[in-house]
Amino acid sequence: MPEMLRATAVIAKREFVAYFATPLAAVFLTIFVALTGAFAFYVGQFFERGQADLSSFFAYQPWLFLLLVPAIAMRLWAEERKSGTIELLMTLPISPWEAVVGKFLAAWAFIGLALILTFPMWITVNVLGEPDNGVILTSYLGSFLMAGAFLAIGSFVSALTKNQVIAFILAATICFLFVMSGVDLVQNALRAWAPGIVSAAVASLSFLTHFQQIARGVVEAPTIILFVSLIVFALFATVIAIDQKKAA
Amino acid sequence: MTVLVESKALRKTFGPIVAVDDISLSVRRGEVLGFLGPNGAGKSTTMKMITGFLEPDHGTSAICGIDVQNHPKAAKRKLGYLPEGAPLYAEMTPRAFLSFIAAVRGIDGKEREARVADAIEKTRIHSVLDQRIETLSKGYKRRVGLAQAVLHDPPVLIMDEPTDGLDPNQKHHVRNLIKDMAAEKAIVVSTHILEEVEAVCTRAVVITKGRIVADGTAEDLMRRVPYHGAVAIRISERHAKAAISVLSALDLIARVETLEKANSHVALRAIPKNGKTIATDVASLLREKELPIEELFVERGKLDDVFRQITTTEGAQDA
Repeated sequence: MPEMLRATAVIAKREFVAYFATPLAAVFLTIFVALTGAFAFYVGQFFERGQADLSSFFAYQPWLFLLLVPAIAMRLWAEERKSGTIELLMTLPISPWEAVVGKFLAAWAFIGLALILTFPMWITVNVLGEPDNGVILTSYLGSFLMAGAFLAIGSFVSALTKNQVIAFILAATICFLFVMSGVDLVQNALRAWAPGIVSAAVASLSFLTHFQQIARGVVEAPTIILFVSLIVFALFATVIAIDQKKAA
Repeated sequence: MTVLVESKALRKTFGPIVAVDDISLSVRRGEVLGFLGPNGAGKSTTMKMITGFLEPDHGTSAICGIDVQNHPKAAKRKLGYLPEGAPLYAEMTPRAFLSFIAAVRGIDGKEREARVADAIEKTRIHSVLDQRIETLSKGYKRRVGLAQAVLHDPPVLIMDEPTDGLDPNQKHHVRNLIKDMAAEKAIVVSTHILEEVEAVCTRAVVITKGRIVADGTAEDLMRRVPYHGAVAIRISERHAKAAISVLSALDLIARVETLEKANSHVALRAIPKNGKTIATDVASLLREKELPIEELFVERGKLDDVFRQITTTEGAQDA
């Protein structure tokens, strides 16, 4: 295995296992699965709609991610700073990139696992009717990609502080702005002073708009480009933050 | 001897505070450098720059000739580091933790098993291998931190207060561990326990307010204490006067001090001129004059005193 991949994989593995060493994994996975179900059935009126698809399940995921992904991301770096293990980690023969990507991948895989554990929804809808499973798979992948973007933003914020509560609140707020950037709340604030092109650009970042497509099973190039570039950019910012501000 | 750690003109400021101000150090293979200084003197900051964790504002640092800022990975491969407070991943077991460190360092398979087993053996942590690190006592945590640092048998070992929190037996063991490794490596140990410097270090560097104020062997440092090498005598009160006059007449002796009187005995201290050895002369002179002494011993300067003297007077000069 190439050198860079090896170190990244070792770090990702340690980080992933660490979730299960504490009750965090059990609590998170249970709540995630329970909430996605609750939203789909009660708020999304899964049965009442009488349609064999999971759009009522996916529709609420941006909101769940908004709450739960920053909860996963907040510890990524803030905990390393708080406990001082960042000093141990960054004096091992690894680059900041390897550490940042390794930790990110572990958290992303963990959220992937949470998504996989929602499979009873998929079974249910297949028992009840004949959904388009291609659409469902696409939606799952889109959802996973969006979670990655949330997570990368959370990783960056976590790298700035040793306080996990601050990391959580900041990450949730930034993610909220991304989700809402196409909505009047944000747009009106912009239109008042910014030229039309700016508000249009900001609107194009809206997770909500992109995710409405995803929930319908449509994942287009602009959506993929948005999420992937957000991930890359936020991880890059994380590396800078770690490099610049190593001491507590 | 090869220079394995070479730091030049390191300087680091945090806002308005100058933590480290122009520190240069070089450590050769076979040397154990004791890094001394009051709390907040800049010991840890200096070590963080030597290990490449912190980037200095000015100056360079190299491990085995490899610059830690320009080639961090290569330099860090040659380095074992125990950070201040021995931070560890609390939710892991020592076994999993050491295995992780070995994996990050690219040690695989049989080799990894052997290295981990060796580090466990050296630091005597067999009994806690499968407990979570967060449940371990301070002493065990420190030893797991040590195990991590020596795992890959690095040519350079940097330890920030390795014996902090250990009981006397454990301290003794860690010191022996350091001594055993000393011949092959360049070791830097920060401490504020001065007996440690005498016990393990071949050289001591004292810093205060971010600057080096003394650099030498423990013996060199102790020579700075005025009464290092002085001879203390206990003698009965009625012979005291005679003894004082006899000793004061001796050429080698600068002066004789009377320390205390108790139970009709007097304690005297004969201070030699410029560090001369006087014990034999004092003993034979007193015997010759038939002055019965109860007790005679050579005083050694205490590092504590040197430390206090250096770090407070230099500090005063600064102010």
